Amino acid sequence: MKDILSDAITIAGKDLSNEFKTKQTIGTMVIFSALVILVFSFAFDPTNNTVKAVIPGLIWVITIFSGTLGLNRSFVSELENNCLTGLRSAPIDVTSIYLGKTLANFTLVTIVQTISIPVLFLLFNYRFTGSLLWFILIVLSGTFGFIVVGTFLSALAANAKNSEMLLPVLLLPLLSPLMIAAVQATTIVLVNEQISDAIGWLQLMTAYDLLFLGACFLLFEFIMEGS
Amino acid sequence: MKELEIMLEIKNLTKILSDKLILRGVSLKLNKGEILAVVGPNGAGKSTFFKCTVGLLQPSGGEIIVDGEIIKKKSAATRKKIGFLGHESFLYSTLTPLENLRFYGKLYKVKSIDSKANQLLKEVGLHLFKDVPIRSFSRGMLQRLSIARVMLADPEILMLDEPHTGLDQDAVSLLNMIIKEKKNIGTSVLLISHDFEQVQALADSVAVLKKGKIIDTAPLNADLNLEKMKDWYSRAVSEG
Amino acid sequence: MKEVSSLIDRILFYALVPSFFILLYLIFIWSPVEKVMGVTQKIFYFHVGSAWVAFLAFFVVGYYSVRNLIKPNMKHFIFAGASAEIGVLFTTITLITGMIWGRASWNTWWSWEPRLVTTLILWFIYVAYLFIRKMDGSWEKIAKLSSVFGIIGCLNVPIVFMAIRWWNSKLHPIVFGEGKGQSGGGIEPEMLITLLFSVFTISLLYVFLMRKGAEIERMRVIVRNQKNKLMNKLAS
Repeated sequence: MKDILSDAITIAGKDLSNEFKTKQTIGTMVIFSALVILVFSFAFDPTNNTVKAVIPGLIWVITIFSGTLGLNRSFVSELENNCLTGLRSAPIDVTSIYLGKTLANFTLVTIVQTISIPVLFLLFNYRFTGSLLWFILIVLSGTFGFIVVGTFLSALAANAKNSEMLLPVLLLPLLSPLMIAAVQATTIVLVNEQISDAIGWLQLMTAYDLLFLGACFLLFEFIMEGS
Repeated sequence: MKELEIMLEIKNLTKILSDKLILRGVSLKLNKGEILAVVGPNGAGKSTFFKCTVGLLQPSGGEIIVDGEIIKKKSAATRKKIGFLGHESFLYSTLTPLENLRFYGKLYKVKSIDSKANQLLKEVGLHLFKDVPIRSFSRGMLQRLSIARVMLADPEILMLDEPHTGLDQDAVSLLNMIIKEKKNIGTSVLLISHDFEQVQALADSVAVLKKGKIIDTAPLNADLNLEKMKDWYSRAVSEG
Repeated sequence: MKEVSSLIDRILFYALVPSFFILLYLIFIWSPVEKVMGVTQKIFYFHVGSAWVAFLAFFVVGYYSVRNLIKPNMKHFIFAGASAEIGVLFTTITLITGMIWGRASWNTWWSWEPRLVTTLILWFIYVAYLFIRKMDGSWEKIAKLSSVFGIIGCLNVPIVFMAIRWWNSKLHPIVFGEGKGQSGGGIEPEMLITLLFSVFTISLLYVFLMRKGAEIERMRVIVRNQKNKLMNKLAS
């Protein structure tokens, strides 16, 4: 178990240092989320006061849209020079590949969120008055569930030639319960309702995160075995 | 050779892929410090055989014994003893040679990675380029670097899948030199090749794989020259 | 073995045809017309029957997926696929009948009612599952990948239902269990019998379609194998 973790950190470190050097994926993700915000500001007039109601949903829309871009690259990038085979023939447990990738993707998406969510608030002229701690907690647990399932399905989709098209189709239906919970909880925090109402949703998200983390962890080796 | 210690033994290996019997009972023995070449026509199952041995594919039947231990699905320790050089380089094109080696070194739990990586890069003649992303490397340079990657963990068994393809003369002689050096310190080498010249130059014995079976083996010594070996091979293939 | 299987098919077929006529009689003539909804309520029998089969088919996919991961088996792989295809059909029927029901009783085609939304998401999961099965590669690989997705999808369905129910559970008439106080009211004994018979008949239809679907798929595999063999022979 300790080995799995340290190998996972090695793999995540490789991915992240690679990313920080080229800034290709992360740059695209940030620009893309900004564009999504822009397009939505055309759709919903930001000067209108009722628009505040769509902000919680927008947070998750930009997270999923830009996150899917990053997830698409996650395993496809390993196919160049057949690096994935190199990893699989290395003396590591295959689940450490999954954990490493999850870690790297989670870091990437959270970085993108720390840029895109303030931009969203800024452009939609929203003044944040809720509890920041709860907000961060909700965003992180929602994002984590998204990445857990997303990384897994990105590995699955990487087997197909049209993986970029396949991934969203596989991912979005599985994310639906998480997104319902995430959007509801975010709404509660942002409109400053009772935090205790959000706790139920947060519990649902945590249960989802843990259940799918466990399932993906166990099933990952079956995806890697193939070919 | 001092004593014949068996490093790798494959017993009756079978593999079914898409309802086709790719390997039908391959048995092989590889002694410590021996170089064994596996030759055979296209589609004979050479690559599948390698993938099963390395553990990338789960064999449908049979046993693979590395250094006295039966390989199972998750035996990271035995996988560490095998150095696998495939068709592709397994290297990350955005990383530099040093970073690539460092990454794989960490996964293979190599001690004092940096000094070892530097030394290996010197050996394969890439020391000058150690900080250049390998995106711009030629096929020969990549192959040299992948040799360095394989050597990094000091494997006891080297598995080389057509290592000579696409290499120029210098790189070939460098590769042969490294392989022979490794052999002298007791590393066993399993080699797949189409290149009879290199097989003749390197291998101690040669096995012919056809239609998923080893149909003939022969020791290579001084009196079996290139012509004779080619004759023997075509005879074995047409008979088998 | 073959005779037994074709005998089962024949029995199923001969059971299915009269059952359907009886079902139609029960629904349209025998059972009483509901007071509030009128004749539209009749669609309810088809709706519940197909919804039951849609969810059953999905758990059959899940079951064969688990079996397939434990030991790859062509037969289980084919069963899972056939079940998924039939599942798409019945999910679609459920959605359409549900929408007609919603239009008649709440005057809106789509009411964001938890069970209906769960069915919609189930439909998407089914389609995604079939997409994975359409990937190219050896059948063992596809079997593994699709089974993994089938299991994850199966885990997801109850969570979807819970989440949506929690989110919005105002509209669906809860017919069973919770008494006559609910909006849908109670159920008359004739209606209950008709409903149960409808569930039975549609399940029978599912079993029949599943066997036929699996058989067709098996034939497809045989034809493909023969084709490959012939091509190899011609090539060499």
